[in-house]
Amino acid sequence: MVETIVSVGLPIDENLEIKKNRITPLKPLTGNEKRISIVTGIHGDELEGQYVCYELQRRINDNIDALAGIVDIYPALNPLGIDSISRGIPAFDLDMNRIFPGNENGSMAEFTASKIINDIKGSDLCIDIHASNIFLKELPQVRINELTKDALVPMAKKLNVDYIWIHSSATVLESTLAYSLNSVNTPTLVVEMGVGMRITKEYGNQLVDGILCNMKELGIWTGETCIPKEPIISTDGKVSFINAGASGIFVPDIQHCSYVEKGKCVGNILNPLTGNIEEVITAPEDGLVFTLREYPVVSEGSLIARILKTETKDEA
Amino acid sequence: MVKKTLFELNSIYRDNLRITGYKFGNGEPSVCIVGALRGNEVQQVYICSQLIRSLKIIESHGKIEKGKAIMVIPSVNTYSMNISKRFWPTDNTDINRMFPGYNLGETTQRIASGLFEAIKEYKCGIQFASFYIPGKFIPHVRMMKTSFEDVEDAKKFGLPYVMLRTPRPYDTTTLNYNWQVFGTNAFSVYTHETDNIDIPSAMQAVNSVLNFMSLNKIIDHPVVGLNESVVIDDKDIITVKSKTAGIFSATADVNQHVLRGTTLAEILDPYTGETKSRIKSPAEGTVFFRHNAPLTYANAVMFRILPDKSNRSITTP
Repeated sequence: MVETIVSVGLPIDENLEIKKNRITPLKPLTGNEKRISIVTGIHGDELEGQYVCYELQRRINDNIDALAGIVDIYPALNPLGIDSISRGIPAFDLDMNRIFPGNENGSMAEFTASKIINDIKGSDLCIDIHASNIFLKELPQVRINELTKDALVPMAKKLNVDYIWIHSSATVLESTLAYSLNSVNTPTLVVEMGVGMRITKEYGNQLVDGILCNMKELGIWTGETCIPKEPIISTDGKVSFINAGASGIFVPDIQHCSYVEKGKCVGNILNPLTGNIEEVITAPEDGLVFTLREYPVVSEGSLIARILKTETKDEA
Repeated sequence: MVKKTLFELNSIYRDNLRITGYKFGNGEPSVCIVGALRGNEVQQVYICSQLIRSLKIIESHGKIEKGKAIMVIPSVNTYSMNISKRFWPTDNTDINRMFPGYNLGETTQRIASGLFEAIKEYKCGIQFASFYIPGKFIPHVRMMKTSFEDVEDAKKFGLPYVMLRTPRPYDTTTLNYNWQVFGTNAFSVYTHETDNIDIPSAMQAVNSVLNFMSLNKIIDHPVVGLNESVVIDDKDIITVKSKTAGIFSATADVNQHVLRGTTLAEILDPYTGETKSRIKSPAEGTVFFRHNAPLTYANAVMFRILPDKSNRSITTP
């Protein structure tokens, strides 16, 4: 059943409405059912989660008898952003994932954030699906704050992703949806995969397989599930960043998700005006390129790639 | 006066991004003034330009104290300002959420780092700040409560109010916060405007900075228009929101004293012109902030009211 969880008037003949679809078992509810929340669209330019929301519902509806708990799907937390291809909340130019937990007495954005938190709170698991941004392509991965790793890593391992990145705590991240929900004991996993403004169907199907695995573990799903992939798990120390040293047009020499050896050419930054190569970018370490620049125009400092250091390909 | 390029970023098709500083006097880095960190902060650039004009005259008369150096940086994000954007043109990141910066990081982290390295040794730092909601403030000085703040120094600006604010998580990456944490006595000065130039409040800001430098014996200049600043806490200010969306028609302005129940604004139906709702003051006090965009959302912050003294946690001036 589609429900509106928050409605706020816009100036001219329109309401901002954030909706969810609640899918329940055919049998009457007992009140003891577990609940999973699938959340996406905080950033209006990240669309990978759109396909996941559709595909998960398709598979559930095709085998509705196997549903034994509650599935809440929130496909668009920032509907104005998605509609206008804006990463943040249009008009305010505000990153919605920096205003949680919000405030019921605050501004429109804070009020909306507070309503979202109150609605998701109490779920047995929340999965917040992101799609990097328009600049970078990401391998399907879960990012976990080190403060919550003990509770979340076991759940993340069942999500059928390739990689779990346990990152250090940063004060600024305390304003995110995931941090706020984890703070009120609603386990929340942040998924990053694919690239902004695009849908990678293969990654979407992979994640839906993993969501069903977690639903089965929680007793929400009794249908068939896959055996989840064994993800690589790492901390910040094993991740190497490559940033552009020059401005220009980046053309990669490698494929995303490939393994590189130290010194191998990752790509070149070209100058189409002069015909020169401004910078030859080489891998600083042996490892897996789990992030690769997708958008060609770069400035000094633009992120080109992230490499997960490995000693040998086999070990990774 | 010496004009200096403090940081430069190469670009493939645009002119290089330059952060330009104007240095007055020599010796101990005493006061650094930063104008626009965002592309829409036109008032902030204007204030710096007027400050530079004044400091040139003061310096030419030998009125900058020996051994004291002053730096003014009118604009940091010129790339955005030149194309009418608020944040960084390519990735829309906010330079004022990147401090202290990282010289090997992403582009705006490098800009923040380049700026911060050039200005972190200054004893005092002043930034002309702006609010994320379009609106008008009573001119005031704002300080974050980091346990390093010096309220008595803030009173030397002579602006009507000194506001103390408890930092929120997102504040920890601002220039003001990092200045304080790294040992600079940091102040944010708010005036009436951001996107447009308001000359009276701009000149009030210029005079307030000159007052601050005179009273700290950095320049020898007459102190003018000095108010006895009232110290207030951000948490004492009452936020007044709109219940409905529509056309915003204000009936009260900043600095106006209002009674409880006074109509501050009407929200009009954009099609029929009828009054949809009236925004009333929840307390007796002074209008500290007023929204100034013509349209409003429901639940948007329209006013901030500073209650009369008896209802504040800080009651001494």
